[in-house]
Amino acid sequence: MTIHKGRGFACINYPIGMNLGGDPAQALVHSTPDGKFMVALSAIDLGQGMKSVTRQIAAETIGVPVEDVYVDTADSDTGPHDMGSFASRGTHRVGNAVIRASAEARKQMMEAAAEELEVNAADLDTDGKGNIHVKGAPSRSITVAETAIAAQFKQGRTLAGRGIFLIPPSEANPETGEQTPVTCFAHAALVVEVEVDDETGDVEVTAINSAYEVGRALNPKLVEQQLIGGAWMGVSHALYETTEPYYPARDHGPEDFNTYLMPGPGQIVPHHIAVLERPAEDAPFGGKGPGEMCANPVLPAVANAVYNAVGVRCDRLPITPEKVLRGIRANGGARPKGRA
Amino acid sequence: MPKTPLTFTLNDGEVAVFVDPGASLIDVLRRGVGDLTPKQGCAQGTCGACTVLIDGKPHLSCLTLAETVEGRRIDTTAGLAGGPNLHPLQKAFMEGFSAQCGFCTSGMLMASKALLDRTPNPTRDEVIEAISGNLCRCTGYEPIVDAILSAAQQGGAR
Amino acid sequence: MTSIEFRKDLFADERDDTLKEIGKPTIRQDILGHVTGRTPFYDDHQFDGLLHMRAVRSPHHHAEIRRIDISAAEKMPGVRRVVTAKDVPNNLNTLLSLINFGRDDEPLCAHDKVRYKGETVAWVIADTERQARDACAAVRVDYSVLPHVLDVEEALKPDAPVINHIYPNNTFDYHDRYDHQKLRFGDVNAGFARADHIVEAEYQMSPIEQAPIETCGAIAAPETNDRFVCYTNTQALFFSLGTTAKLLNIASSRLHFIGGTAGGGFGGKVDSIVEPTAVLGAILTGRPVRFAWDRAEEMQVGAPRGGERWRIKDGVMRDGRIVAREFSGFFDSGAYMRLSPYAIIKATGHIPGPYTIPNVASNVYCCVTNRTPATAMRGFGITAVDFAIECHMDRVAEVVGMDPIELRILNAYRDGDMKAHRRAAKNTALIECCQVVADKANWPLSAEARAQSSLRGGGGERAAIPETATDTEGRIGERRAGRVASTAPAGGTGKIPAGTASKGVSGVPVQNPDMQIDADRIGHRMGAAPTPGPTPARAPAPPPRAPAAPTPPASYQPPPAPPASYQPPPQPVAPPAAAPPAQTGPYTPAEPFSRGTKRPGTSPFTSGFRRR
Repeated sequence: MTIHKGRGFACINYPIGMNLGGDPAQALVHSTPDGKFMVALSAIDLGQGMKSVTRQIAAETIGVPVEDVYVDTADSDTGPHDMGSFASRGTHRVGNAVIRASAEARKQMMEAAAEELEVNAADLDTDGKGNIHVKGAPSRSITVAETAIAAQFKQGRTLAGRGIFLIPPSEANPETGEQTPVTCFAHAALVVEVEVDDETGDVEVTAINSAYEVGRALNPKLVEQQLIGGAWMGVSHALYETTEPYYPARDHGPEDFNTYLMPGPGQIVPHHIAVLERPAEDAPFGGKGPGEMCANPVLPAVANAVYNAVGVRCDRLPITPEKVLRGIRANGGARPKGRA
Repeated sequence: MPKTPLTFTLNDGEVAVFVDPGASLIDVLRRGVGDLTPKQGCAQGTCGACTVLIDGKPHLSCLTLAETVEGRRIDTTAGLAGGPNLHPLQKAFMEGFSAQCGFCTSGMLMASKALLDRTPNPTRDEVIEAISGNLCRCTGYEPIVDAILSAAQQGGAR
Repeated sequence: MTSIEFRKDLFADERDDTLKEIGKPTIRQDILGHVTGRTPFYDDHQFDGLLHMRAVRSPHHHAEIRRIDISAAEKMPGVRRVVTAKDVPNNLNTLLSLINFGRDDEPLCAHDKVRYKGETVAWVIADTERQARDACAAVRVDYSVLPHVLDVEEALKPDAPVINHIYPNNTFDYHDRYDHQKLRFGDVNAGFARADHIVEAEYQMSPIEQAPIETCGAIAAPETNDRFVCYTNTQALFFSLGTTAKLLNIASSRLHFIGGTAGGGFGGKVDSIVEPTAVLGAILTGRPVRFAWDRAEEMQVGAPRGGERWRIKDGVMRDGRIVAREFSGFFDSGAYMRLSPYAIIKATGHIPGPYTIPNVASNVYCCVTNRTPATAMRGFGITAVDFAIECHMDRVAEVVGMDPIELRILNAYRDGDMKAHRRAAKNTALIECCQVVADKANWPLSAEARAQSSLRGGGGERAAIPETATDTEGRIGERRAGRVASTAPAGGTGKIPAGTASKGVSGVPVQNPDMQIDADRIGHRMGAAPTPGPTPARAPAPPPRAPAAPTPPASYQPPPAPPASYQPPPQPVAPPAAAPPAQTGPYTPAEPFSRGTKRPGTSPFTSGFRRR
């Protein structure tokens, strides 16, 4: 028995948002009487952090602290229309809608503050801490809370905003496939290290180095959550998961987690991540959705690493010990390719 | 169908309910008592989202017959915080970004509480073993393992 | 064990990093709910008198339903109602009809025949879940088993069983014209003829379960005002609401959907099956009804990521330049279309991956088989083709004897390059990702590879749209009639002139200037469009932590794409204004919107009534 080490590489790009557009998202923002802001969405938080990232986007755009903003997702009576949380459209589409709704609310807030301070609204700025002040004269200021109270109880003004973001529908050309698939792309490159046991065919991923380009990390910890969890899922897809182990036959399809295999906490792979940020011009603060694309490069990188380790091309997923072992036997033994 | 009377302790409170013979503990907790913190992910005993403590030991409430907990003590995530004060495990999970969708979190917390209660300073391997019956599809597990170790350092066996 | 670094040195001149809330590691808004177990998932809403609904499912891949006998089941203890197809007011739908894509092909409950193992043939609503399960076992269905087909390419053969008469060729009909979606850019055959090497291989993606720890489910209940409330873990609230309105022929205003929090999804909670089913149960019983998949259903009946088969043929020059790349792709849609035909368009737009290749062609087929319908999963439409492309890149690297990362950098797309879907690339960063990860992994790269940049060397000849060879092979029905057998892109019989492209599409501008965020608050600094051509529009700040890159040798230039007949590059798509989203004029479609298939009528979504 020999353990063979190998390294594999893959790089990808990923389209952000529903292909060919036609997928609007809306947001509504309004202030409470004392200048806190509520964001109503019909987007879904599946764990990716929709509530959290839109909260930061709204706070940044309005110019108030994040603690003064709360996001509610998905009551069809109060949340405006949204296509849903899929196709990496949440951050891009919903984020843009939240920016627009928040910009409108900010505009009203600044006008209300201007009336109180008896200045031109264009001369005002927010400090992000709950105050609105005259540019260049921080002492001439009013709090957001005072502004909201004055707007509602004195000026008869709402501090509210509506936002919609739509890439209009387009279509693919039947003859050439010409299309405007999306407006921005995320990127990733990844090096996977594996150890392959040539007696059992077992593959263990021992390390991952990665570079993910996400436009802008709107919340670096949320990005980290996606990248770590996504790479885990990529390893799982590459080595373990399928509902039909003998596809296209449907036999032996797993019906529980004893037979549907995924790596457990004992198989955590050390993962060293670099995040690159090249903002996309039509994305909210430049941010592209990292959630889907982060798993994709892992699958081919693992396959390439297995080839590097033992000289077996695994072109059918998942890369089970059986496939590796059959490949090694067909080659008359492991044939390491170096590079490890 | 005749029901069975059942009394047990749930997070320091006494509970008396009538249950259907053969009812699972998770059904009694969720639908009978109204403690919604145990989550049902598989009802097969394979995902761990329904983990509760019975007399301090982790059990899968989906596979536990409710009638077997007569007179015993059940702990769930609903009783983990001491009033307004979060348990060190809860704080560590928050600060460690150790949950995404949150569906496995209750079970993870119960499994790790059982560990810290009996092993206040666990090794990384002991943490891994303690949660190896709990599945998480979002996080890749590492932030969870880190949070449990961090809670232990902050006196998690409270 | 894990480490993360943010390379703020790269593309620093394009970002404003002084924002106040954006870029901060703010704690999640929902985390307190998660760690106290109080986050309200759909099943955490409690109702008195809740009834439980379970489905009776087909044991066959493909069978005619001769008779359904529910009389025994109706007499079982606790049973409130046995529901069959005739109880579904409008029992035919396709998910994307809400955006006018595709034909209605899928019943909520099978009635004439079943097309996959696990398809719903009836439901039982009972007081407890166990009573519902017991009664489901008592529903008797007489089937007459039909021949089935499980392999995508077998399904394309003339003698394959017809699975659904709505798609009689076992393929999605693209644009009412072809049995596949074409991509044609340049002339791959001319490229292959010129290439030093041809590299071919086939790749197979396995079906995969999304496996969220919370299975798909919904609870529906009568609400006041003659409405129905539905608590759901859908990933797409209004998709599910609109689909429910359509299937149940109920005005959407009578539906109140509450969700927004799901115990994981990964694409598996888009299909909108549990919601109309639960609402149907509530309508029929006047009681709160819960319908949820158990874990076995989630794994075998809930739609997986579909199987995909991809064949790639590359023409490669001795120096590693890929001059032609051809794909044949087969999506296993399963018994019904759902989202698969749309994913194929996404995959087509993705081809040939993040590389600038002057000749590209692909045929992608959406195949109907007697399998659980496929649906979205993380990376939908892209994961499998990326697996194929990136395994193939390693094969190519081996054939030409080149380092795999250097081969990628050599062929990588750059700002200003023309992509095969005829739009200029912008905002690219593949090369930088390759360089950064090589450094992290101590993977040696040549000085030339290290000196490359996504910002330079693109555009120019690489921005050209070549004369393109076209063909009309694979018209709908030809394959079943035996007149065409090959699935690969055919040799060109027609030509489209170089430079042919229509206008790109960008976001609709704000409807009111108040909704426009101030340009100086959006956090990026993009004064000009990426300029094609070898001269950088804006020199990047020298990255302080960049790999020790010596001055690039003057001789090294990214290879120009060798076009068959050179045309000046078209102007890039409408240059963006200083403040995003781009302030282009209002969008006016060149042609009426049809999304690849012509289907009369509008979406029933707004009214809940099906218009014919």
